[in-house]
Amino acid sequence: MKSSSSELELDRPNIEDYLPSDSFTLPPSPTRLLHLRDLLDISPTLTEAAGAIIDDSFTRCFKSNPPEPWNWNIYLFPMWCLGVVIRYGILFPIRVIVLTIGWIIFLSSYFSVHFLLKGQEKLRKNLERSLVELICSFFVASWTGVVKYHGPRPSIRPKQVFVANHTSMIDFIILEQMTAFAVIMQKHPGWVGLLQSTILESVGCIWFNRTEAKDREIVARKLREHVEGADNNPLLIFPEGTCVNNHYSVMFKKGAFELGSTVCPIAIKYNKIFVDAFWNSRKQSFTKHLLQLMTSWAVVCDVWYLEPQNLKPGETPIEFAERVRNIISTRAGLKMVPWDGYLKYSRPSPKHREQKQKSFAESVLRRLEQK
Amino acid sequence: MGSASSVLSQSDIEEVQEHCNNLFTEEEIVSLYQRFCQLDGNGKGFISADEFLSHPDFSISPLSERLLMMVDGLNFKDFVAFLLAFSAKASMKQKIEFVFKVYDSEHNDKVTFSDILEVLRDLTGPIMSDEQREAVLSQVLQEAGYTMESLLLLDDCIKIVNKSGLKMEVEVSTSLSM
Repeated sequence: MKSSSSELELDRPNIEDYLPSDSFTLPPSPTRLLHLRDLLDISPTLTEAAGAIIDDSFTRCFKSNPPEPWNWNIYLFPMWCLGVVIRYGILFPIRVIVLTIGWIIFLSSYFSVHFLLKGQEKLRKNLERSLVELICSFFVASWTGVVKYHGPRPSIRPKQVFVANHTSMIDFIILEQMTAFAVIMQKHPGWVGLLQSTILESVGCIWFNRTEAKDREIVARKLREHVEGADNNPLLIFPEGTCVNNHYSVMFKKGAFELGSTVCPIAIKYNKIFVDAFWNSRKQSFTKHLLQLMTSWAVVCDVWYLEPQNLKPGETPIEFAERVRNIISTRAGLKMVPWDGYLKYSRPSPKHREQKQKSFAESVLRRLEQK
Repeated sequence: MGSASSVLSQSDIEEVQEHCNNLFTEEEIVSLYQRFCQLDGNGKGFISADEFLSHPDFSISPLSERLLMMVDGLNFKDFVAFLLAFSAKASMKQKIEFVFKVYDSEHNDKVTFSDILEVLRDLTGPIMSDEQREAVLSQVLQEAGYTMESLLLLDDCIKIVNKSGLKMEVEVSTSLSM
Protein backbone atom coordinates (compact mmCIF):
# COMPACT_ATOMS: atom_id res chain seq x y z
CA MET A 1 0.00 0.00 0.00
CA LYS A 2 1.62 3.23 -1.06
CA SER A 3 1.17 6.33 1.06
CA SER A 4 -1.11 8.94 -0.43
CA SER A 5 1.66 11.51 -0.84
CA SER A 6 3.75 9.24 -3.01
CA GLU A 7 0.64 8.45 -4.99
CA LEU A 8 0.21 12.15 -5.60
CA GLU A 9 3.79 12.27 -6.88
CA LEU A 10 3.15 9.49 -9.37
CA ASP A 11 0.00 11.26 -10.41
CA ARG A 12 1.84 14.18 -11.91
CA PRO A 13 2.42 13.74 -15.61
CA ASN A 14 5.22 15.47 -17.43
CA ILE A 15 4.09 19.06 -16.99
CA GLU A 16 7.00 20.28 -19.09
CA ASP A 17 5.12 19.17 -22.16
CA TYR A 18 2.54 21.83 -21.53
CA LEU A 19 4.20 24.75 -19.82
CA PRO A 20 6.17 27.25 -21.89
CA SER A 21 9.62 26.39 -20.63
CA ASP A 22 11.56 28.79 -22.82
CA SER A 23 10.95 31.68 -20.45
CA PHE A 24 12.79 29.82 -17.74
CA THR A 25 16.10 29.54 -19.42
CA LEU A 26 18.55 32.24 -20.34
CA PRO A 27 18.43 33.65 -23.86
CA PRO A 28 19.78 31.13 -26.35
CA SER A 29 23.29 32.11 -27.40
CA PRO A 30 25.65 29.25 -26.77
CA THR A 31 28.68 31.32 -27.54
CA ARG A 32 27.82 34.16 -25.16
CA LEU A 33 29.35 33.98 -21.76
CA LEU A 34 27.32 34.57 -18.63
CA HIS A 35 27.07 38.23 -17.63
CA LEU A 36 25.67 40.11 -14.64
CA ARG A 37 22.94 41.40 -16.87
CA ASP A 38 21.71 37.88 -17.55
CA LEU A 39 21.35 37.09 -13.89
CA LEU A 40 19.76 40.41 -12.99
CA ASP A 41 17.19 40.29 -15.73
CA ILE A 42 14.27 38.43 -14.22
CA SER A 43 11.80 39.94 -16.66
CA PRO A 44 10.67 36.66 -18.30
CA THR A 45 9.70 35.17 -14.94
CA LEU A 46 8.00 38.40 -13.89
CA THR A 47 6.15 38.59 -17.20
CA GLU A 48 4.77 35.10 -16.75
CA ALA A 49 3.67 35.77 -13.19
CA ALA A 50 2.05 39.09 -14.14
CA GLY A 51 0.38 37.35 -17.07
CA ALA A 52 -1.10 34.87 -14.63
CA ILE A 53 -2.40 37.72 -12.47
CA ILE A 54 -4.10 39.29 -15.48
CA ASP A 55 -5.51 36.10 -16.93
CA ASP A 56 -4.88 32.45 -16.25
CA SER A 57 -5.78 29.28 -18.06
CA PHE A 58 -7.12 27.59 -14.94
CA THR A 59 -9.83 30.18 -14.23
CA ARG A 60 -10.87 30.13 -17.86
CA CYS A 61 -11.82 26.46 -17.57
CA PHE A 62 -14.45 27.25 -14.98
CA LYS A 63 -15.78 30.55 -16.25
CA SER A 64 -19.35 30.48 -17.46
CA ASN A 65 -19.44 32.77 -20.46
CA PRO A 66 -22.86 34.31 -20.91
CA PRO A 67 -23.81 34.76 -24.56
CA GLU A 68 -24.22 38.29 -25.95
CA PRO A 69 -27.72 39.57 -25.20
CA TRP A 70 -29.67 39.88 -28.42
CA ASN A 71 -32.73 41.63 -27.06
CA TRP A 72 -31.31 45.10 -26.95
CA ASN A 73 -33.42 47.05 -29.37
CA ILE A 74 -37.05 48.05 -29.76
CA TYR A 75 -37.94 45.30 -32.21
CA LEU A 76 -36.13 42.45 -30.54
CA PHE A 77 -37.10 43.26 -26.98
CA PRO A 78 -40.84 42.54 -27.34
CA MET A 79 -39.96 39.30 -29.13
CA TRP A 80 -37.76 38.36 -26.25
CA CYS A 81 -40.50 39.20 -23.77
CA LEU A 82 -42.92 37.02 -25.71
CA GLY A 83 -40.31 34.30 -25.60
CA VAL A 84 -40.01 34.64 -21.83
CA VAL A 85 -43.77 34.38 -21.43
CA ILE A 86 -43.91 31.26 -23.57
CA ARG A 87 -40.92 29.66 -21.86
CA TYR A 88 -41.96 30.34 -18.27
CA GLY A 89 -45.72 30.34 -18.71
CA ILE A 90 -46.33 27.55 -21.19
CA LEU A 91 -43.27 25.38 -21.72
CA PHE A 92 -42.19 25.20 -18.10
CA PRO A 93 -45.53 23.99 -16.69
CA ILE A 94 -45.86 21.44 -19.50
CA ARG A 95 -42.38 20.17 -18.78
CA VAL A 96 -43.03 19.94 -15.08
CA ILE A 97 -46.17 17.91 -15.79
CA VAL A 98 -44.29 15.63 -18.18
CA LEU A 99 -41.55 15.10 -15.64
CA THR A 100 -44.02 14.42 -12.84
CA ILE A 101 -45.85 11.85 -14.98
CA GLY A 102 -42.51 10.30 -15.78
CA TRP A 103 -41.61 10.06 -12.09
CA ILE A 104 -44.96 8.52 -11.19
CA ILE A 105 -44.60 5.88 -13.90
CA PHE A 106 -41.00 5.27 -12.98
CA LEU A 107 -41.41 5.02 -9.22
CA SER A 108 -44.45 2.77 -9.37
CA SER A 109 -42.90 0.46 -11.97
CA TYR A 110 -39.52 0.48 -10.31
CA PHE A 111 -40.70 -0.47 -6.85
CA SER A 112 -43.13 -3.07 -8.16
CA VAL A 113 -40.39 -4.69 -10.20
CA HIS A 114 -37.91 -4.38 -7.34
CA PHE A 115 -40.08 -6.19 -4.83
CA LEU A 116 -42.26 -8.46 -6.95
CA LEU A 117 -39.47 -9.91 -9.03
CA LYS A 118 -37.13 -10.60 -6.11
CA GLY A 119 -36.58 -14.16 -7.24
CA GLN A 120 -35.87 -13.54 -10.89
CA GLU A 121 -32.62 -11.58 -10.79
CA LYS A 122 -31.90 -11.41 -14.48
CA LEU A 123 -35.36 -10.24 -15.49
CA ARG A 124 -35.47 -7.75 -12.64
CA LYS A 125 -32.13 -6.32 -13.59
CA ASN A 126 -33.10 -5.90 -17.21
CA LEU A 127 -36.35 -4.20 -16.30
CA GLU A 128 -34.64 -1.90 -13.81
CA ARG A 129 -32.10 -0.99 -16.46
CA SER A 130 -34.84 -0.09 -18.96
CA LEU A 131 -36.71 1.89 -16.32
CA VAL A 132 -33.64 3.97 -15.46
CA GLU A 133 -33.18 4.64 -19.15
CA LEU A 134 -36.84 5.65 -19.28
CA ILE A 135 -36.68 8.18 -16.46
CA CYS A 136 -33.59 9.69 -18.01
CA SER A 137 -35.46 10.10 -21.27
CA PHE A 138 -38.17 11.90 -19.35
CA PHE A 139 -35.56 14.23 -17.87
CA VAL A 140 -34.08 14.94 -21.28
CA ALA A 141 -37.58 15.59 -22.64
CA SER A 142 -38.20 18.00 -19.78
CA TRP A 143 -35.51 20.30 -21.13
CA THR A 144 -36.38 19.54 -24.71
CA GLY A 145 -33.04 17.93 -25.15
CA VAL A 146 -31.96 17.69 -28.75
CA VAL A 147 -29.22 15.10 -28.55
CA LYS A 148 -27.49 13.72 -31.58
CA TYR A 149 -25.66 10.46 -30.96
CA HIS A 150 -22.85 9.54 -33.29
CA GLY A 151 -21.00 6.28 -33.47
CA PRO A 152 -21.79 2.69 -32.47
CA ARG A 153 -23.86 2.27 -29.30
CA PRO A 154 -22.03 0.78 -26.33
CA SER A 155 -22.35 -2.99 -25.93
CA ILE A 156 -22.48 -4.66 -22.56
CA ARG A 157 -19.23 -6.56 -22.19
CA PRO A 158 -16.89 -7.13 -19.30
CA LYS A 159 -13.45 -5.53 -19.10
CA GLN A 160 -14.46 -2.24 -20.57
CA VAL A 161 -14.80 1.24 -19.15
CA PHE A 162 -16.37 4.34 -20.67
CA VAL A 163 -14.86 7.77 -20.12
CA ALA A 164 -16.31 11.14 -21.05
CA ASN A 165 -15.59 14.84 -20.57
CA HIS A 166 -17.68 16.49 -17.87
CA THR A 167 -19.69 19.68 -18.08
CA SER A 168 -22.63 19.12 -15.76
CA MET A 169 -24.43 16.29 -14.01
CA ILE A 170 -26.79 16.22 -16.96
CA ASP A 171 -23.95 14.55 -18.93
CA PHE A 172 -24.78 11.46 -16.97
CA ILE A 173 -28.52 11.71 -17.71
CA ILE A 174 -27.94 12.26 -21.41
CA LEU A 175 -25.71 9.23 -21.68
CA GLU A 176 -27.86 7.15 -19.36
CA GLN A 177 -30.97 7.50 -21.49
CA MET A 178 -29.20 5.56 -24.23
CA THR A 179 -27.42 2.95 -22.09
CA ALA A 180 -27.86 2.17 -18.41
CA PHE A 181 -24.34 2.86 -17.21
CA ALA A 182 -23.03 2.37 -13.74
CA VAL A 183 -21.36 5.58 -12.73
CA ILE A 184 -18.77 6.60 -10.22
CA MET A 185 -19.92 9.80 -8.59
CA GLN A 186 -19.38 12.14 -5.70
CA LYS A 187 -22.13 11.63 -3.12
CA HIS A 188 -24.24 14.77 -3.05
CA PRO A 189 -26.47 16.12 -0.31
CA GLY A 190 -30.20 16.72 -0.57
CA TRP A 191 -32.64 15.14 -2.96
CA VAL A 192 -29.86 14.22 -5.39
CA GLY A 193 -28.22 12.19 -2.65
CA LEU A 194 -31.49 10.43 -1.96
CA LEU A 195 -31.80 9.45 -5.60
CA GLN A 196 -28.22 8.30 -5.59
CA SER A 197 -28.69 6.00 -2.61
CA THR A 198 -31.86 4.41 -3.85
CA ILE A 199 -32.14 4.15 -7.57
CA LEU A 200 -28.61 4.59 -8.78
CA GLU A 201 -27.38 1.92 -6.38
CA SER A 202 -29.39 -0.59 -8.36
CA VAL A 203 -27.60 0.31 -11.57
CA GLY A 204 -24.36 -0.44 -9.81
CA CYS A 205 -23.06 3.05 -9.01
CA ILE A 206 -19.96 3.57 -6.94
CA TRP A 207 -19.54 6.52 -4.57
CA PHE A 208 -16.42 8.39 -3.68
CA ASN A 209 -15.56 11.14 -1.28
CA ARG A 210 -13.13 13.75 -2.56
CA THR A 211 -11.96 14.75 0.88
CA GLU A 212 -11.07 11.28 2.13
CA ALA A 213 -7.46 10.35 1.48
CA LYS A 214 -7.87 6.58 2.03
CA ASP A 215 -10.91 6.70 -0.22
CA ARG A 216 -8.83 6.32 -3.38
CA GLU A 217 -7.73 2.81 -2.54
CA ILE A 218 -11.23 1.69 -1.66
CA VAL A 219 -12.64 3.18 -4.83
CA ALA A 220 -9.88 1.68 -6.98
CA ARG A 221 -10.73 -1.73 -5.58
CA LYS A 222 -14.46 -1.28 -6.19
CA LEU A 223 -13.78 -0.19 -9.77
CA ARG A 224 -11.70 -3.24 -10.44
CA GLU A 225 -14.33 -5.56 -9.00
CA HIS A 226 -17.07 -3.95 -11.04
CA VAL A 227 -15.20 -4.19 -14.31
CA GLU A 228 -14.42 -7.86 -13.85
CA GLY A 229 -18.08 -8.78 -13.29
CA ALA A 230 -19.72 -9.89 -16.52
CA ASP A 231 -23.22 -9.00 -15.42
CA ASN A 232 -22.53 -5.53 -14.22
CA ASN A 233 -23.67 -2.55 -16.21
CA PRO A 234 -20.90 -0.88 -18.22
CA LEU A 235 -18.98 1.55 -16.07
CA LEU A 236 -18.95 5.25 -16.93
CA ILE A 237 -16.27 7.47 -15.46
CA PHE A 238 -15.69 11.21 -15.78
CA PRO A 239 -11.92 11.31 -15.33
CA GLU A 240 -11.74 15.11 -15.03
CA GLY A 241 -13.23 14.73 -11.59
CA THR A 242 -15.07 18.03 -11.78
CA CYS A 243 -17.32 20.02 -14.11
CA VAL A 244 -15.49 22.08 -16.72
CA ASN A 245 -17.07 24.70 -18.97
CA ASN A 246 -17.09 22.65 -22.22
CA HIS A 247 -14.43 24.80 -23.89
CA TYR A 248 -11.47 23.30 -22.11
CA SER A 249 -10.52 19.94 -20.72
CA VAL A 250 -8.50 19.51 -17.54
CA MET A 251 -6.23 16.60 -16.77
CA PHE A 252 -7.74 13.15 -16.56
CA LYS A 253 -7.22 11.17 -13.39
CA LYS A 254 -5.45 7.95 -14.12
CA GLY A 255 -7.82 5.72 -12.06
CA ALA A 256 -9.90 4.69 -15.06
CA PHE A 257 -6.82 3.89 -17.09
CA GLU A 258 -5.10 1.43 -14.85
CA LEU A 259 -7.86 -1.15 -14.56
CA GLY A 260 -6.48 -3.31 -17.30
CA SER A 261 -9.60 -2.81 -19.43
CA THR A 262 -10.43 -1.34 -22.77
CA VAL A 263 -11.28 2.34 -22.50
CA CYS A 264 -14.09 3.59 -24.72
CA PRO A 265 -13.98 7.39 -25.02
CA ILE A 266 -17.18 9.43 -25.31
CA ALA A 267 -17.06 13.09 -26.30
CA ILE A 268 -19.89 15.46 -25.39
CA LYS A 269 -20.23 18.93 -26.82
CA TYR A 270 -23.07 21.29 -25.95
CA ASN A 271 -24.34 23.93 -28.29
CA LYS A 272 -24.81 27.13 -26.31
CA ILE A 273 -27.38 28.50 -28.74
CA PHE A 274 -30.24 28.43 -26.21
CA VAL A 275 -28.60 27.76 -22.91
CA ASP A 276 -25.17 27.13 -21.48
CA ALA A 277 -25.25 23.67 -19.95
CA PHE A 278 -22.11 24.21 -17.85
CA TRP A 279 -22.95 23.61 -14.21
CA ASN A 280 -20.86 25.95 -12.11
CA SER A 281 -21.35 24.07 -8.86
CA ARG A 282 -19.87 26.92 -6.85
CA LYS A 283 -22.37 29.41 -8.19
CA GLN A 284 -25.56 27.34 -8.55
CA SER A 285 -27.20 24.47 -6.79
CA PHE A 286 -28.21 21.56 -8.99
CA THR A 287 -31.87 22.41 -8.52
CA LYS A 288 -31.32 25.91 -9.81
CA HIS A 289 -29.33 24.54 -12.69
CA LEU A 290 -32.13 22.17 -13.66
CA LEU A 291 -34.69 24.96 -13.40
CA GLN A 292 -32.55 27.08 -15.67
CA LEU A 293 -32.52 24.29 -18.23
CA MET A 294 -36.23 23.71 -17.92
CA THR A 295 -37.00 27.35 -18.67
CA SER A 296 -34.86 27.53 -21.79
CA TRP A 297 -35.94 26.62 -25.26
CA ALA A 298 -33.80 23.54 -25.64
CA VAL A 299 -30.57 21.85 -24.67
CA VAL A 300 -28.69 20.95 -27.81
CA CYS A 301 -25.73 18.65 -27.77
CA ASP A 302 -23.72 16.11 -29.69
CA VAL A 303 -22.48 12.84 -28.26
CA TRP A 304 -19.78 10.88 -30.02
CA TYR A 305 -19.01 7.29 -29.09
CA LEU A 306 -15.39 6.97 -30.14
CA GLU A 307 -13.17 4.03 -30.95
CA PRO A 308 -12.20 1.88 -27.94
CA GLN A 309 -8.57 2.26 -26.86
CA ASN A 310 -6.21 -0.07 -25.12
CA LEU A 311 -3.04 0.54 -23.19
CA LYS A 312 -0.20 0.44 -25.71
CA PRO A 313 2.92 -1.58 -24.84
CA GLY A 314 5.31 0.63 -22.91
CA GLU A 315 2.68 3.27 -22.21
CA THR A 316 2.09 4.36 -18.64
CA PRO A 317 -1.51 4.83 -17.39
CA ILE A 318 -0.91 8.60 -17.26
CA GLU A 319 0.23 8.69 -20.90
CA PHE A 320 -2.77 6.53 -21.79
CA ALA A 321 -5.07 8.99 -20.00
CA GLU A 322 -3.56 11.93 -21.86
CA ARG A 323 -3.86 10.15 -25.17
CA VAL A 324 -7.54 9.48 -24.59
CA ARG A 325 -8.06 13.05 -23.38
CA ASN A 326 -6.53 14.21 -26.63
CA ILE A 327 -8.92 12.02 -28.63
CA ILE A 328 -11.94 13.36 -26.75
CA SER A 329 -10.78 17.00 -26.82
CA THR A 330 -10.11 16.89 -30.54
CA ARG A 331 -13.54 15.45 -31.26
CA ALA A 332 -15.39 17.89 -29.00
CA GLY A 333 -13.26 20.93 -29.86
CA LEU A 334 -11.88 21.43 -26.35
CA LYS A 335 -8.56 23.08 -25.52
CA MET A 336 -6.39 20.94 -23.30
CA VAL A 337 -4.90 22.59 -20.23
CA PRO A 338 -2.30 21.05 -17.94
CA TRP A 339 -4.23 21.53 -14.73
CA ASP A 340 -5.71 19.00 -12.38
CA GLY A 341 -9.40 19.73 -11.81
CA TYR A 342 -8.91 19.20 -8.09
CA LEU A 343 -6.82 22.38 -8.00
CA LYS A 344 -10.23 23.98 -7.59
CA TYR A 345 -9.99 22.63 -4.07
CA SER A 346 -6.25 22.54 -3.36
CA ARG A 347 -2.84 24.02 -4.23
CA PRO A 348 -0.56 22.70 -6.97
CA SER A 349 2.25 20.35 -6.00
CA PRO A 350 5.67 21.96 -5.45
CA LYS A 351 6.98 19.72 -8.21
CA HIS A 352 5.71 22.15 -10.86
CA ARG A 353 7.72 25.03 -9.48
CA GLU A 354 10.74 22.81 -9.07
CA GLN A 355 10.53 21.93 -12.73
CA LYS A 356 10.81 25.61 -13.64
CA GLN A 357 13.64 26.15 -11.21
CA LYS A 358 15.46 23.17 -12.64
CA SER A 359 15.32 24.56 -16.22
CA PHE A 360 16.65 27.90 -15.13
CA ALA A 361 19.43 26.49 -12.97
CA GLU A 362 20.53 24.16 -15.73
CA SER A 363 20.72 26.98 -18.24
CA VAL A 364 22.83 29.08 -15.87
CA LEU A 365 25.21 26.20 -15.27
CA ARG A 366 25.41 25.47 -18.95
CA ARG A 367 26.34 29.07 -19.84
CA LEU A 368 28.88 29.07 -17.06
CA GLU A 369 30.61 26.05 -18.49
CA GLN A 370 31.29 27.95 -21.62
CA LYS A 371 33.87 30.12 -19.87
CA MET B 1 -13.26 54.25 -4.82
CA GLY B 2 -14.37 52.46 -1.66
CA SER B 3 -15.46 48.86 -1.75
CA ALA B 4 -15.80 47.11 -5.06
CA SER B 5 -19.06 47.52 -6.87
CA SER B 6 -19.28 45.68 -10.11
CA VAL B 7 -19.39 48.72 -12.35
CA LEU B 8 -16.87 51.49 -12.79
CA SER B 9 -18.08 55.00 -13.41
CA GLN B 10 -16.40 57.31 -15.89
CA SER B 11 -14.88 59.39 -13.11
CA ASP B 12 -13.50 56.27 -11.44
CA ILE B 13 -11.81 55.29 -14.67
CA GLU B 14 -10.33 58.74 -15.07
CA GLU B 15 -9.06 58.69 -11.51
CA VAL B 16 -7.27 55.42 -12.16
CA GLN B 17 -5.90 56.67 -15.47
CA GLU B 18 -4.44 59.69 -13.78
CA HIS B 19 -2.90 57.52 -11.11
CA CYS B 20 -1.19 55.44 -13.76
CA ASN B 21 -0.14 58.31 -16.01
CA ASN B 22 -2.44 57.21 -18.81
CA LEU B 23 -0.42 54.11 -19.52
CA PHE B 24 -3.55 52.02 -19.76
CA THR B 25 -6.47 52.81 -22.03
CA GLU B 26 -10.02 53.05 -20.72
CA GLU B 27 -10.84 49.65 -22.20
CA GLU B 28 -7.85 48.08 -20.53
CA ILE B 29 -8.84 49.55 -17.17
CA VAL B 30 -12.36 48.18 -17.51
CA SER B 31 -10.91 44.80 -18.42
CA LEU B 32 -8.51 44.91 -15.47
CA TYR B 33 -11.39 45.81 -13.20
CA GLN B 34 -13.35 42.76 -14.34
CA ARG B 35 -10.31 40.67 -13.60
CA PHE B 36 -9.82 42.37 -10.21
CA CYS B 37 -13.42 41.59 -9.24
CA GLN B 38 -12.97 38.04 -10.41
CA LEU B 39 -9.85 37.59 -8.26
CA ASP B 40 -11.46 39.30 -5.28
CA GLY B 41 -14.03 36.60 -4.58
CA ASN B 42 -16.14 38.39 -1.99
CA GLY B 43 -16.07 42.04 -3.02
CA LYS B 44 -13.77 43.24 -0.24
CA GLY B 45 -12.08 45.79 -2.48
CA PHE B 46 -8.70 44.08 -2.36
CA ILE B 47 -7.30 40.67 -3.23
CA SER B 48 -5.92 38.54 -0.43
CA ALA B 49 -2.76 36.45 -0.72
CA ASP B 50 -4.83 33.30 -0.56
CA GLU B 51 -6.91 34.39 -3.51
CA PHE B 52 -3.79 35.04 -5.59
CA LEU B 53 -2.32 31.70 -4.67
CA SER B 54 -5.48 29.83 -5.63
CA HIS B 55 -4.53 30.35 -9.26
CA PRO B 56 -2.05 27.64 -10.16
CA ASP B 57 -0.54 29.65 -13.04
CA PHE B 58 0.54 32.24 -10.49
CA SER B 59 1.43 30.12 -7.50
CA ILE B 60 3.87 27.91 -9.39
CA SER B 61 5.96 30.93 -10.38
CA PRO B 62 9.27 30.94 -8.48
CA LEU B 63 8.82 34.66 -7.80
CA SER B 64 5.22 34.44 -6.64
CA GLU B 65 6.02 35.15 -2.97
CA ARG B 66 8.01 38.26 -3.81
CA LEU B 67 5.30 39.59 -6.08
CA LEU B 68 2.73 38.70 -3.46
CA MET B 69 4.44 40.97 -0.93
CA MET B 70 4.14 43.81 -3.40
CA VAL B 71 0.57 43.20 -4.53
CA ASP B 72 -1.16 41.73 -1.47
CA GLY B 73 -4.02 43.85 -0.18
CA LEU B 74 -3.84 46.55 -2.82
CA ASN B 75 -7.02 48.33 -3.84
CA PHE B 76 -7.86 48.57 -7.51
CA LYS B 77 -6.04 51.85 -8.17
CA ASP B 78 -2.80 50.56 -6.71
CA PHE B 79 -3.31 47.21 -8.41
CA VAL B 80 -3.32 48.98 -11.76
CA ALA B 81 -0.27 51.02 -10.71
CA PHE B 82 1.48 47.77 -9.83
CA LEU B 83 0.86 46.43 -13.32
CA LEU B 84 2.11 49.62 -14.98
CA ALA B 85 5.54 48.24 -15.67
CA PHE B 86 4.00 45.56 -17.85
CA SER B 87 2.20 47.92 -20.17
CA ALA B 88 3.57 48.18 -23.69
CA LYS B 89 3.67 51.92 -23.23
CA ALA B 90 5.82 51.87 -20.12
CA SER B 91 9.32 53.27 -20.52
CA MET B 92 12.41 51.12 -20.14
CA LYS B 93 13.23 53.07 -16.98
CA GLN B 94 9.84 52.19 -15.45
CA LYS B 95 10.38 48.52 -16.22
CA ILE B 96 13.86 48.47 -14.78
CA GLU B 97 12.53 50.31 -11.74
CA PHE B 98 10.00 47.52 -11.19
CA VAL B 99 12.68 44.86 -11.41
CA PHE B 100 14.75 46.91 -8.96
CA LYS B 101 11.86 46.98 -6.52
CA VAL B 102 11.54 43.20 -6.68
CA TYR B 103 15.20 42.87 -5.64
CA ASP B 104 15.17 45.66 -3.09
CA SER B 105 13.48 43.70 -0.32
CA GLU B 106 14.42 46.23 2.38
CA HIS B 107 13.01 49.17 0.45
CA ASN B 108 16.13 51.25 0.97
CA ASP B 109 16.82 51.93 -2.73
CA LYS B 110 19.89 49.72 -2.64
CA VAL B 111 20.36 46.20 -3.93
CA THR B 112 22.97 44.18 -2.11
CA PHE B 113 24.81 40.98 -2.96
CA SER B 114 22.52 39.01 -0.66
CA ASP B 115 19.40 40.53 -2.27
CA ILE B 116 20.50 39.22 -5.67
CA LEU B 117 21.50 35.94 -4.11
CA GLU B 118 18.04 35.50 -2.61
CA VAL B 119 16.28 36.11 -5.89
CA LEU B 120 18.66 33.71 -7.57
CA ARG B 121 17.78 31.14 -4.91
CA ASP B 122 14.07 31.58 -5.67
CA LEU B 123 14.73 31.12 -9.37
CA THR B 124 17.04 28.14 -9.25
CA GLY B 125 15.67 26.14 -6.34
CA PRO B 126 17.34 23.09 -4.84
CA ILE B 127 19.35 22.09 -7.92
CA MET B 128 22.11 24.60 -7.24
CA SER B 129 23.78 24.83 -3.87
CA ASP B 130 24.28 28.13 -2.05
CA GLU B 131 28.02 27.90 -2.69
CA GLN B 132 27.44 27.48 -6.40
CA ARG B 133 25.16 30.47 -6.49
CA GLU B 134 27.60 32.65 -4.56
CA ALA B 135 30.40 31.60 -6.84
CA VAL B 136 28.46 32.37 -10.02
CA LEU B 137 27.30 35.69 -8.69
CA SER B 138 30.67 36.93 -7.52
CA GLN B 139 32.18 35.89 -10.80
CA VAL B 140 29.75 37.89 -12.93
CA LEU B 141 29.84 40.83 -10.52
CA GLN B 142 33.60 41.00 -10.76
CA GLU B 143 33.46 40.86 -14.51
CA ALA B 144 31.03 43.80 -14.55
CA GLY B 145 33.32 45.81 -12.29
CA TYR B 146 31.53 45.33 -8.97
CA THR B 147 32.40 43.44 -5.83
CA MET B 148 30.47 41.42 -3.28
CA GLU B 149 30.22 44.49 -1.07
CA SER B 150 28.88 46.74 -3.84
CA LEU B 151 25.50 48.32 -3.36
CA LEU B 152 23.64 48.64 -6.62
CA LEU B 153 21.48 51.68 -7.09
CA LEU B 154 18.71 52.12 -9.61
CA ASP B 155 21.08 53.98 -11.93
CA ASP B 156 23.55 51.09 -11.80
CA CYS B 157 20.83 48.68 -12.83
CA ILE B 158 19.74 50.93 -15.64
CA LYS B 159 23.33 51.04 -16.87
CA ILE B 160 23.70 47.25 -16.66
CA VAL B 161 20.50 46.38 -18.44
CA ASN B 162 20.00 49.32 -20.70
CA LYS B 163 22.11 48.35 -23.68
CA SER B 164 19.97 45.39 -24.57
CA GLY B 165 16.80 46.55 -22.87
CA LEU B 166 14.12 44.53 -21.11
CA LYS B 167 11.27 42.67 -22.66
CA MET B 168 8.54 42.77 -20.08
CA GLU B 169 5.06 43.18 -21.48
CA VAL B 170 1.71 41.63 -20.78
CA GLU B 171 -1.28 42.19 -22.97
CA VAL B 172 -4.53 43.12 -21.30
CA SER B 173 -7.16 41.55 -23.48
CA THR B 174 -10.13 43.84 -23.92
CA SER B 175 -12.45 41.54 -25.83
CA LEU B 176 -15.48 40.37 -23.85
CA SER B 177 -15.41 36.81 -25.12
CA MET B 178 -12.94 34.19 -23.98
